[in-house]
Amino acid sequence: MNEFITNHLLSLIIFVPLIGATVILFIPNNQRLLIKIASLVSAAIPLLLCYPLLNEYNSASAQFQFVERANWIEYFNIEYYIGIDGLSISMVLLTAMLSFICIIASWNIEHWKVNKGIKGYFCLFLLLQTGMTGVFCALDFFLFYVFWELVLLPMYFLIGIWGGPRREYAAMKFFLYTLVGSVLMLVVMLALYFTSNKDGAFTFDLLWYKENASKILTSWGSKWVMVGFVGLFIGFAIKVPIFPFHTWLPDAHVEAPTPVSVILAGVLLKMGVYGLLRISYCVFPDAAIQFSPIMMILGAVNIIYGAMCSMAQIRGVPRLDKSTGQMTIEQDWKKLIAYSSVSHMGYCLIGMAAVTTAGITGAVFEMWNHGIITGALFLLVGVLYDRAHHRNINEFGGLWAPMPYYGGITAVMFMASLGLPGLAGFISEALCLIGGFQASDPTNYYLGISGAYFYKILTGICAIGVVLGAGYFLWSYQRIFLGSLNTKYAGISDISTRELITIVPLLIITILLGIQPTLMTDLFINSVKEFVSFIGMPWITTG
Amino acid sequence: MGTNNMLFAVILLPFAGFLFNLLAGSFVGKKLVSLVGCGVVIISFILSAQIFMSSFLQGASTAVQSNSIRWIDVLDFNVDITLYVDHLTIVMMLVVTGVGSLIHIYSVGYMHDDKRFNRYFSYINLFTSFMLLLIMGKSLLLMFVGWEGVGLCSYLLIGFWFDDKEKGISNSLAGMKAFIVNRVGDLSFTIGLMILFTYLGEKFNVWTLDILKIKDVVATNETALNIPLLTAVCILLFGGACGKSAQIPLYVWLPDAMAGPTPVSALIHAATMVTAGVYMVARFNFIFALCPTALAVVALVGATTALFAATIGMTQFDIKKVLAYSTVSQLGYMFLACGVGAFIAAIFHLVTHAFFKACLFLGSGSVIHGTGGEQDIRHMGGLRKKMPITFITFAIATIAIAGIPPLAGFFSKDEILWKAFSSNLAVGKLVWIIGLITAFITAFYMFRLLFLTFFGDYRGHHHVHESPFTMVFALIVLATLSVIGGWVGIPDALGEKVIHTQTNKFEHFLDKSIPHEAKSGPLHKENSHEHHSSAEFILMGVSILVALSGIFLAYYLYMKKKEIPAKIASSFPELYNTIYNKYFVDEAYSSAIVQPLIASSVQTCRFDNTAVDGSVNTIAYSTGNSSKYVGVFDNNAVDAAVNGVANEVYSTGGQLRLLQSGNIKMYLSIAVVSSILIMAVLWSILEWKQVKDFLVSLGLL
Repeated sequence: MNEFITNHLLSLIIFVPLIGATVILFIPNNQRLLIKIASLVSAAIPLLLCYPLLNEYNSASAQFQFVERANWIEYFNIEYYIGIDGLSISMVLLTAMLSFICIIASWNIEHWKVNKGIKGYFCLFLLLQTGMTGVFCALDFFLFYVFWELVLLPMYFLIGIWGGPRREYAAMKFFLYTLVGSVLMLVVMLALYFTSNKDGAFTFDLLWYKENASKILTSWGSKWVMVGFVGLFIGFAIKVPIFPFHTWLPDAHVEAPTPVSVILAGVLLKMGVYGLLRISYCVFPDAAIQFSPIMMILGAVNIIYGAMCSMAQIRGVPRLDKSTGQMTIEQDWKKLIAYSSVSHMGYCLIGMAAVTTAGITGAVFEMWNHGIITGALFLLVGVLYDRAHHRNINEFGGLWAPMPYYGGITAVMFMASLGLPGLAGFISEALCLIGGFQASDPTNYYLGISGAYFYKILTGICAIGVVLGAGYFLWSYQRIFLGSLNTKYAGISDISTRELITIVPLLIITILLGIQPTLMTDLFINSVKEFVSFIGMPWITTG
Repeated sequence: MGTNNMLFAVILLPFAGFLFNLLAGSFVGKKLVSLVGCGVVIISFILSAQIFMSSFLQGASTAVQSNSIRWIDVLDFNVDITLYVDHLTIVMMLVVTGVGSLIHIYSVGYMHDDKRFNRYFSYINLFTSFMLLLIMGKSLLLMFVGWEGVGLCSYLLIGFWFDDKEKGISNSLAGMKAFIVNRVGDLSFTIGLMILFTYLGEKFNVWTLDILKIKDVVATNETALNIPLLTAVCILLFGGACGKSAQIPLYVWLPDAMAGPTPVSALIHAATMVTAGVYMVARFNFIFALCPTALAVVALVGATTALFAATIGMTQFDIKKVLAYSTVSQLGYMFLACGVGAFIAAIFHLVTHAFFKACLFLGSGSVIHGTGGEQDIRHMGGLRKKMPITFITFAIATIAIAGIPPLAGFFSKDEILWKAFSSNLAVGKLVWIIGLITAFITAFYMFRLLFLTFFGDYRGHHHVHESPFTMVFALIVLATLSVIGGWVGIPDALGEKVIHTQTNKFEHFLDKSIPHEAKSGPLHKENSHEHHSSAEFILMGVSILVALSGIFLAYYLYMKKKEIPAKIASSFPELYNTIYNKYFVDEAYSSAIVQPLIASSVQTCRFDNTAVDGSVNTIAYSTGNSSKYVGVFDNNAVDAAVNGVANEVYSTGGQLRLLQSGNIKMYLSIAVVSSILIMAVLWSILEWKQVKDFLVSLGLL
């Protein structure tokens, strides 16, 4: 038994939630507590299994570990091939942790505005967990694609059934957007498959693609490699999301129930970044180098544009309500945080545009930190929403006085999100910026600017995002928590124990990793080094 | 205790105090909170003093540093947590912990009735900890952690009374303004830091943010340096200092910061945090000294700020606002000194300013406390009889800031003026004149404040009382320091003439950290001492004369002919109003930057809703519509039997749908059809032979 666990650690982490979901299907509907406990256990087991995973993980190696490999569909040479390295281990941990936290955060599901049964909800949630973990572990492109699509389905229903007033629109939009991306990914995947030749047969083996990236380049030609890269890029960019493919995100976030928002921001967005790193970059490194300046520009646009849209929520955005035909002023706290995600993912992009050790470490670390910090922020928004039943920034005021703990925790997480040194977010953002600043390509001109300055100027522009971030976070904090107390909320209760259980772990991690970031970065630094030298940007000096 | 442990203890003790007061403070009672809150800082002071005695006064008098703790470690970007104490640091440490201890003790009395007493102490403990990190961090990044950390504490403490019925909103907005304006400065600082980092890395292959290593690289490659680039770095770093130390154009947050409790204004917004920018420039003297243009910028910004803020100080009626503008002005003085290469004089003035300005702020706090929260000097007057100790200490500090010998302010201010005058830099004489004018105005508005507050008849309605012992104790100590604090820096010229020894101990002490000034290099004339000293004496006389005339003018206008100030104000209404309203700088920033930024953010979001999202919706809508026509075509063209089956499937499918709006099947089919189309197009273009072969092998072709 023990041996079975050690040999199939990853598979267990992936599929235990699925098994749990199946078991829950057979629990009668009225056994609510049992359903909840069963799902809690199903989410707890992967989290507990992460302990031996971390223990046995050898961070000194850049190789894939915990590899499991078996034939799946032999005729097409499709394999069940999973394994993790530095780029994915943090994501597996993040998924396990956030999923577990979200089950606890869903405990009060009976009191939600939309109560459509709890069995389906928890089943779908666990199914989602399996899909997400699978994406981060799959080393076979076909398997990756299956997990990728598996995520789509439960997410669609979770938003569409348990969401807010415009849930159907938001869910449909999310679904179609991602589907368009999937289709592009599918096309490139098939193209790769039919041009591959592993021992005389076609293959979906991602590592084979990576090892034979130069072969793919010669057989496709640089033009078609770029087409392939862009196809994958759009597919992943929709998930990240990268401007202009981001508009599904504010709607999905605003309509999704709190735990689903947490997963959406905490894990789903990372699937996009991860896909870019693991597949686009590794299969088409040459195109990645060509694409780097565009990536840089997109990163800067994401950071500034996202921050501006966040800031707009404070003044309020006039918007035509299609159903009533009236102009409403939208001042949604959740939307503010949703757009701040767009801004924060921009840091990942500039780190990835540079592909220096600092840049990629920053990007991978930012994936983790954003998951923790923004996950916590969505939980915090949910706490207030559960009490006030609205999120209008302008209708609160002075809440820190009756809610000292809630106000204090929110302050810390806001500070973490705006990149206060000493907290985790600062380290990753600083690394991304440093990475972007290290990039320098004097032989080329971009937008009429020498490559020697292009990256530096854009990084400088990105740094403005830090000022804007301080602006919208502090201002919304001021509107909601400071000033004299809005008497409407004089009797509001402070954060409950259950809510504390969901948020405090994230708070502790945020502070701890700000002081000791190497706890996390050591896990992936060697994989990052290998990755950086594999891509080999012109400014990377060997040795 | 070894030096290593002592260094960490100096920082960690206040941090422990922070944790204790934050987490346990509301359960343990005010006595224990104040005991812990003050105790940790006092012990930090004792430890600092011990380090000072053992490592600097005796023995080799060399810098000490702690062990390194691994912090960020990413191949070519490594930052360790290392504490480093040299002569400059130890001076700052003594000021921060020493003045800090006094202000902590004072706070026990001042904040006694506050409902968030424990939170107050936890914040100022945290502040002390971050401030110490700022000055003790060996790496620029560690310094930056402290730099932002003190900004956070400043934010929290300015908005400390965030739920006040009347002022809650303006208090919290003031805190926010401070943080955001500082962030603008930090943006400049960060960019400067990154340029420096990558420049040294690319050119000399030294990837480091360690201040000592940067110093080494700069020293060993002095001839190979790219001076224009370093000038840009210096100006960008100075931009950060402009934010933290409230210089033009980023000074606007400091007057508003007076919304915080008065001891906070004394500690953070006068004595310590706001001087961090001066400290930073002094710390990087080795780069600044190489860039005359950057120095000129620093000198001019400093001098302009000094004069500009002093003129505003003349017209204000809020006792704390007067002191706030005075602080801005005095900080300008310090930068003026840095800009003429007199870094040691700047630090000297930083120290004496910490004494007398803390004393002034705490005195104003005592006045506010005694008059029941009154801050308008028009409603004060005659307090000298009712609050004698506050009066005497306030008066001493006022004389000190005005620059009357032998009080502390005289020596430091005179040193700056002399260094400016004797500087080789082109701007030297100009900033000297501005400095002299500022000295005159400073003496004037400070005595105006003194006369209006403590002399004449009481114009308020409150029962005035002297403050409790914990408060006046700090006043007495600080007033004493305001008198004697300058004696460690009596100019050598004077000392040699009178007692035939070098008396400027301060300069000789700091020489070891800031050698550039001693060497003089391009910055100072190295003339014969004799010629030097006679000029120095003349200038001393001039500055004393200037100060006295400022005092006399204040006496004449506010004690003798009290009707004149109002007349002057009414005869130049535009000028007076412009100055009284602080030159409308806040309004200008609001309409030129803040409002346009917010408006454009709203426009961006509307663009996002209408253009970006709108086009997405349009595509979805038109695809849906056109698929209807395709569907119609399909229905009419395809066999009726097939149609029937399809309809059957469609209706059962409809029942299975969970969503009412479900067009999902249609969308799915569009997706599949379009993906096949895309593939077909790609195929026809690429003519992948293998694809063909594969399809042939399946028997499809």
